[in-house]
Amino acid sequence: MAGRNLLSLEGLSQEGILEVLDTAEIFAEVNTRAIRKVPTLKGKVVASLFFEESTRTRLSFETAAKRLSADVLSLAVASSSVKKGESLRDTIATIDALGIDAVVLRHAASGAPEQVSRFVPHVRVINAGDGQHQHPTQGLLDVFTIRRALAARAGTTGRESGAELFAGLRVLIVGDIRHSRVARSDVMAYTALGATVRVCAPGTLLPVDVATWPVEVVDDVDDALEWAQVVGVLRLQKERGTGSMVPSLAEFTLTHGLTWERFTRLAPQTLITHPGPMNRGVEIDSRVADVDTALMEQQVSNGVPIRMAVLYLALSGTSPEGSPVD
Amino acid sequence: MTDVLIAGGTVIHHDATERADVLIRDGRVADIAPSLARPAGAHVIDADGCWVGPGFVDLHTHLREPGREEAETVASGARAAAVGGYSAVVAMPNTEPAIDSAMVAQFVLDRGRDALVEVAVAGAITVGRQGTHLAPIADMAALGVRLFTDDGTGVQDPLILRRALTYARPLGVTLAEHCEDEALAAGGVMNEGHVSSRLGLSGRPALAEELMVMRDIELVRLTGCPMHFLHLSTARSIDLVRKARADGLPVTCEVAPHHLFFDESVCEHYDALFKVHPPLRTRGDVDALQAALRQGDVDAVATDHAPHAPELKDLPFDDAPPGMLGLEHAASITRGVMGDDPIGFFRALSRGPAAIAHLRARDERPRHTAHGGDVAVGEDANLVVFDAADTYRVERHGLQSRAHNTPYDGLELTGRARALVVRGIPRLDQGQLT
Repeated sequence: MAGRNLLSLEGLSQEGILEVLDTAEIFAEVNTRAIRKVPTLKGKVVASLFFEESTRTRLSFETAAKRLSADVLSLAVASSSVKKGESLRDTIATIDALGIDAVVLRHAASGAPEQVSRFVPHVRVINAGDGQHQHPTQGLLDVFTIRRALAARAGTTGRESGAELFAGLRVLIVGDIRHSRVARSDVMAYTALGATVRVCAPGTLLPVDVATWPVEVVDDVDDALEWAQVVGVLRLQKERGTGSMVPSLAEFTLTHGLTWERFTRLAPQTLITHPGPMNRGVEIDSRVADVDTALMEQQVSNGVPIRMAVLYLALSGTSPEGSPVD
Repeated sequence: MTDVLIAGGTVIHHDATERADVLIRDGRVADIAPSLARPAGAHVIDADGCWVGPGFVDLHTHLREPGREEAETVASGARAAAVGGYSAVVAMPNTEPAIDSAMVAQFVLDRGRDALVEVAVAGAITVGRQGTHLAPIADMAALGVRLFTDDGTGVQDPLILRRALTYARPLGVTLAEHCEDEALAAGGVMNEGHVSSRLGLSGRPALAEELMVMRDIELVRLTGCPMHFLHLSTARSIDLVRKARADGLPVTCEVAPHHLFFDESVCEHYDALFKVHPPLRTRGDVDALQAALRQGDVDAVATDHAPHAPELKDLPFDDAPPGMLGLEHAASITRGVMGDDPIGFFRALSRGPAAIAHLRARDERPRHTAHGGDVAVGEDANLVVFDAADTYRVERHGLQSRAHNTPYDGLELTGRARALVVRGIPRLDQGQLT
């Protein structure tokens, strides 16, 4: 993906994903140093435009940009001209006029990042989550997190293992698939790396075209959980109208929640991910969220090197020759 | 009034074609013969190699006046219509305020009096197009309004629509429906299917349209009042109308040029130019619509010309208003579908829609001359000269419409109006407004 926008994981090959993961390994090492900063993107300007509030993703991107020594322009939409009725096109044109190299964009409308990439073709656009479409860096950090966990268990490193550890890996994604941009990106990332993916959700929370996805749809969540080596729990998106898609949150928990009882029947090594923020007690039991095999904290930490890698690759135009950080 | 001689063309009658010149005098067709002498001082239109037929009639034009003059006015929309070969358009009532009273209908008719083409008006079925209370249909009908619709949405409540049909029947007017069940469409922004799901855009299922077509057909069966179905977009909708007609029900239907040309895949890059209600459907639907038009199962091609200010189409796909331009290119699209069938072509663009709009010589039509009739001596001279072989490239900034939201920008199309005569006056010649 060197020198390109990151709008979606669709069409990104296994090589493309490994390029990001391997670059992120280098930056993960930077994050363990006493001085967690490299001059790689010094002089570059990254704008972070969050039209939909997301503190954790914004902080993660801005931390990543700052560790690469880029200057960060952060638009707080709540207090900006957007609230006064300014169009997306005018907002972008205004920010662009300040002189920027990349824009990290979060928007409640699917496709907004692609539209912005047409408005400012000379600026690299990184999708930080758009509507119900894609959340590519989340998909990348999820597979990065799983690769690191599996590599540590196998006594190897992520870089050395490449995509090997994903061959035939049994991944279950459970919950609100229909409204989830994370599910769309995760499925693409896992399947590109060779994993076998199943999805399980109440009928109303499955996408209408799920039959065309490279996944198996399963109805029995308990069987599926026993089968899985990785369980990706999705956030129940109450804000996207999920509330009217199931009779009640309690019933969702009953039918598809990762309850303590279900957790005890998982294979002991099964890894659990969740993109956050969690609805504890709804899609995941509070105690389950805190077990050792639940990787939510690692997902957050790994978000930084993944976003460093994405910014680096988008802005440098090249794959790293040796190491970009020495 | 200067005489006009249309020379060298092929006249397209409703069942035959004829190489003939056409002389127009005092607003009427005065003579038709293979070779007519040019009267002194006559305006001569060179129709060599062209089809000469009744001017096109658009059943479905959003002129935006009053209320959205930044996007279109009656005058600018009429210029676009003239370039497209239309001698008459029917202005849709979803203006601001809506055309739901004789006063607003009168206002638009007055604006239309000075326009390049004839402007007929469709009135709203319900007050404010809110779907709850009947608009003064009889009062508007007295002004010559013959078509009533809440277009933009259909009448959602079946009880209200039943009342409207029962009320309208003795008035001799036609109700027209935008068929989409809004509850089932659930705020969707494009056709529901694998494309919408992959793009993360919420879908408007085909069934939302088809369910309302089914419901409305049954209400026509119940009440006996004629109904026209606006911009049908799915294969199944057309089938439903076909069957209803076979049952002898008084139903007609139109398709829009964009539904004959684009499938849903053009939404792939979130360009809101392609957002429209009903949405662009599957390739199978496009093929079925084209076949139905060729077979004569569709009564009219109607543009659903929907101008929008440019900033509105720069909004995210979810937020942009639906609709696209059509007047200037609908005939090219129709030509592409109909091929070398000039009789079918004029049936779809002129004779069919004129009948639905009550604009023919036999219709009682206060304020309007006759459209969509035969090219015959004594008929009102509303004629188009269409060059079916003219290939050109669409340029969005070269349009007569105030808006630029054409979906055909940059495409090469074939067939366009060379000249247009409205009420005996040349409004377009050699492709230019006169």
